[in-house]
Formats: sequence, structure tokens, C-alpha cells
Amino acid sequence: MLKINNLQASIEEKEILKGINLDIKPGEIHAIMGPNGSGKSTLASVLAGRADYEVTGGTVEFMGKDLLELSPEDRAKEGLFLAFQYPVEIPGVSTTNFIKSAVNEKRKYLGLEPLDAAQFLRNMKEKMKLVEIDQSLLSRSLNEGFSGGEKKRNEIFQMAMLEPKLAILDETDSGLDIDALRIVANGVNQLRTKDNAFLVVTHYQRLLDYIVPDFVHVLYKGRIVRSGTKELAKELEVKGYDFIKAEVDQELA
Amino acid sequence: MMDATNILKEAFDKQNGAGGNLAEYQQENWNMFSGLGLPAIKHEEWKYTRIRNVFTDKLVINNDNNLSKDALEKLILKGTENANRIVFINGRFDATLSNTTDSAEALCIKPLEAAAGDEDANFVNINLGHSQRYHGDGINALNAAFANGGVYIRVNKGVSLDNPIIIYHISDSSQGLRFSQPRILVNIQEAAQVELIETYINLGGGETLTNEVVEISAEKDAVLHYVKLQHEGEKTNYAGTTHIRQTGKCLTHAVTVTLSGAIVRNNLNMVMEAEHGESHMYGLYLLKGNTLADNHTIVDNAMPHCFSNELYKGIMDDASTGVFNGKIFVRKDAQKTNAYQSNKNILVGENASANTKPQLEILADDVKCSHGCTIGKLDEDALFYLRARGISAENARSMLLHAFAIDIIEQIKNEEIKAYAEQLVAERLSFNI
Repeated sequence: MLKINNLQASIEEKEILKGINLDIKPGEIHAIMGPNGSGKSTLASVLAGRADYEVTGGTVEFMGKDLLELSPEDRAKEGLFLAFQYPVEIPGVSTTNFIKSAVNEKRKYLGLEPLDAAQFLRNMKEKMKLVEIDQSLLSRSLNEGFSGGEKKRNEIFQMAMLEPKLAILDETDSGLDIDALRIVANGVNQLRTKDNAFLVVTHYQRLLDYIVPDFVHVLYKGRIVRSGTKELAKELEVKGYDFIKAEVDQELA
Repeated sequence: MMDATNILKEAFDKQNGAGGNLAEYQQENWNMFSGLGLPAIKHEEWKYTRIRNVFTDKLVINNDNNLSKDALEKLILKGTENANRIVFINGRFDATLSNTTDSAEALCIKPLEAAAGDEDANFVNINLGHSQRYHGDGINALNAAFANGGVYIRVNKGVSLDNPIIIYHISDSSQGLRFSQPRILVNIQEAAQVELIETYINLGGGETLTNEVVEISAEKDAVLHYVKLQHEGEKTNYAGTTHIRQTGKCLTHAVTVTLSGAIVRNNLNMVMEAEHGESHMYGLYLLKGNTLADNHTIVDNAMPHCFSNELYKGIMDDASTGVFNGKIFVRKDAQKTNAYQSNKNILVGENASANTKPQLEILADDVKCSHGCTIGKLDEDALFYLRARGISAENARSMLLHAFAIDIIEQIKNEEIKAYAEQLVAERLSFNI
């Protein structure tokens, strides 16, 4: 589904990703962990197509297409979804209208008829339950005045509505209390199928108690320096990142 | 190119020679205009706005009027068939095309010249030309020199009008650069409530130049909702003043929407002469091409405990220019004034520009005044967020600009006019959700 090969990217001439290799297949959940500043969020942003980052080398193939050639909107329409670490507040744009136009632009891209109002509403009601989000929230301006937890639930709600093939969760757990974390994770688990995949970017192991990954990768200084199963995350939880940093710094020295 | 002096002189002599109730007033103003001339860009208040350059020997000034009632019906805004309708043709009030739907006990609409000689003469004497205290320039005096073509509106004490008053300014540009000078004097008596809407229509596809003065006095407990809607195309030049006096504690609310034009200059004054007055001023200028829209506002707080709120927003595409100048005066006795002002601009076009200048003169020491202005591009983070959900860059821009603009339109109280303005804004921004 997603094949990242030797991906390098920089921002303002500063190299952040220094050769990432990653292969994600349908049905898999991958977790990317790593200390602050290791490049985790950069990887998520580069995959979604944020223009601040310059890709300086490597390739990314998504569903057989050259992902890096696609505009951010076409990536989304091809089935990529980024749950933002900091969802943007957009005054004046109603959440419902926004999601409706996102859903219908995607359907148009895929050659499908737009959903009529009734279908859309039915769909929405069903997905709202999934993330325990309230109707009143959706009639408000997009993320405006939402609490941290509400913003993150809104991200997962949008994910549910857009039914992506690959969802990247960028530090979705940051700023969440345990109840909100459980709701978000529960939503993700219910959306999981054998055909879709998740890339969960997180600093802490905590989220992985709820969203159990098939693979865990540790990102450090712009490279994946360790890969393993969920046991690796457990080990990190106990030992912290320092032991990996020490090992890697020694290897690089 | 010759300037317009001779043409203006000829037109003035022709109409003032006929005498009438306003002849003396007009002569005084003609003399004033002759002394002052038209404002040039070296005039601080006009530094961005080259309106003088439009006053050439190409001006067409005459009272030709071929508009039939049937032709007028086609120009009437949908859903406003019941409105009180005031029609100006080429800057002259046309009583036969105008129509009053509220009762004669509620509302009186008549030629300004008639009002200057009947039971309303006292009001006219006091209020006609009141705006010159704030705009003592030649262009205001020039309008006054032709005041006899104006209209007088009185909303009687205690009346809440059933229907809005819509003023249609129709300019026939088929003979060339049409020059129109509408003059409007409005008397809103105690506890009367009125929605007053002005809109402009250019017939003929040529150039127009309009120089307008509207003077409104609102008494104690009156409520005024005023809207100016400018969207008559790229060949329209406009300079106008709307001057609103609060002579008693009342509420006055104005929304100015500018969607097109060549040079457009709007002066809006709120003169708060009574304690506990409340005023609101909203503006949207949504510009493209080479349009220059210049909004100058004044809030003059003369008495204590007044509240004013002002929000102007601009979106400039292509090589258009937005100008905002907001003055707030708080006089020595106007303690406990609350005055807020904000001007926000988004530059979309490569060659677009915005100039914004708040001017606060505060002589009282116990007041709350705030002002702020921004000039920037569309928020890149918001744009990316929308695109990351599959919304095209184009639609994402539309959505964001629409969201920015529409909260000004939502301030329009009259539902039909609001719906019409919403439609115009949505069309302009290709917004179709």
C-alpha cells in the first residue's frame, strides 16, 4: 500500500529526514515512535504534502502511484488521511459543510455521485456515535473554540467519514486525558479492516495500549533506527529513549 | 484633457437660475466649491483616491430621463416588491417612479426643495449641510450646489415602518461619462424604526461618476438600519458621504458593501450627540481588477456613555486597492465612552494592496477604546488543512474567503437584501456549498 524508499526531506535547508524506509501493507498498524525532534511529525507532514517541507531525495509509492507527485488534495482523494497534531481552527466554516464538501469532492474524484442530504446525514449520525461526538459541535465553526479532546475526536470523526485507505495519526494522543484517549482509540479500532492501514505517530507508548500495532519503528535523527513488534514499545516505556540514542550515537560515531 | 469647470458652471447656472427654496443655499455652496476646488491627492484625506482625475470635460450632465416604469420593474431587487421605493435618475429624485407603500401617516417622501419651504423647513435648515462640519471639502460643496434635485424623507414619531425604504440610484451612461449628484435628507423622529437601503445601477455600460451626500438625523429611541450596496460594475466612480447624527439616545447601524467600481470613496460618520447612544459600522470591500475602494469613517463621541463598534473587512484580488481610515473622536465630556474598531485585510492578488489607518483622538480620561488592523495573505495552515481533506486548493480558498467575508453580510438586517448580498458574494468567490 505504502512504500517509502530512502525518503529525505528538509525545511529551510535543514535536513530532517535522512533516508526513511518503510513498507506498509493493507490491514497493518504501524507505530512510529521517537524522541522529540527526531522527525516524526515531519514524516507525517511530508506524506500529506505540506509545502513547507522540501523532499530532497527518495520515493514514496501509495496504491501504486507516485505520492510525491500528487497535490495534498489528490493524496486525500486517493485515500490518504492525516489526523493533525494541531487541528486548525477555521472561523466561519461550518464543520458539517466542510465535511460534506470533502466527502463529495472525493466521491467526484472516484467517479461517484455526490451523496444527497439524507444519505449524508444518515452516514454522519452513524459515524458520530463512533467517536461520541455531539451534533451541536458539528454545527459550529470548524474546531473553533473546541477543547483539545473535541478537536482530536473531530479528526477521527472526519477520518470515519472519509474512509481512507491509510490513516496517519500524528500525535493524536497528545493533550488527551485517558477518557478521550479511549474514545479516540476505540474509534480507530472500529474503523480497522483488512483493507486499510494505520500509521500511528506517537511519543508515548500509552496510546499503543489501546491501538495495538503490528510493527513499531523508532525514529531518531531522521532515520528509522530500530524496528520491532509491540514489545519494542514496551521496552521503550521502561527504558526511555536514552538507551537507543546511546546505541545509535555509538554506531554513528 | 480639459477639466470639468466649464461643464459644471454651465449646469449650475442652468438649474440655479430657476430660483426656488434652495437657490441661496446652492449659491453659497457653489461659491465655496469655486474657492476650494476638487480634492487632490495632496489633500491628506484623499491621498490614495484620485477622484479629481475623473472630473474631465467628458462629464455628461443633463436631466434626460427615458426610463419607463416597465423598464424600472426589471431592475427592482427580487423579493422587495413591497418596499418603499425611491428612485433617482442621474442623481435627480424622480417622484413618478418612486412609490410609498407605508401609509402617509407613517412616512413622508418628497422633493428636498419642497421640504425646504414647508413645515419641514426648520429641520432642513438645521440638518442640510451638517456633514460639512466633518467634510468641508469642495466635493461636498459641489453636491450641495445641486441639492434641489434631492429627496427628503421623514419617518414619523413612534412609527416602525412595515417595509424597508430602498433607494435606487440609476445612472444612464449611454451618452458618456454620466455625472450624478444625489442628495438625501432623512428625518427619523422619536422612537421611529427604519431600514434604509441604497443601491446603484449603471445603465448603458459606459462610465459613471456619482457624488452623493446623505444626511440622517435620528432622534431619541429611534432605530436605523442602513445598508449601502455597491456592485454596479468596473466603470463606476463614486464619492459619497453618509452622515448620521444621533440627536437622542438611539441605535444606528450601518453596513457598507463594495463589490465593484473604478474609484469608490465612502465617508461614513456617526455623530453621537446624546448620552447612551449606540452605533455599529460594518464594511466589506471585495475587490478585483483595478478597483480602488476607500472607506473613511468617523465616530464622534460628544457625550458620555456611548458605545460604538466598527468592523471593516477587505479582500483584494488582482491589482485592486483597499483603503481604510477610521477616526474616533472622544470629546472632553464624553466620559465612559466604549469605542471599538477593527479593520482586517486579505491580499489575494499579486499586485493588490491595502492601506489602513486608525486615528484616535481621545480627550476624555475615562474611556475604553480599542483598535486593530491586519493586512495579510490567506492562512496557509487553514488552506493546507482543507486540502488535506481532499478539498481542492481553489475551493479551499473560496471557503476561507467566503467565511471571512460573510460575517459582514450577516449583519444586514433586511432578509431579502441580505440574501441578495450573500448571493453576490458567493458568486464572486465561486462559493457553492
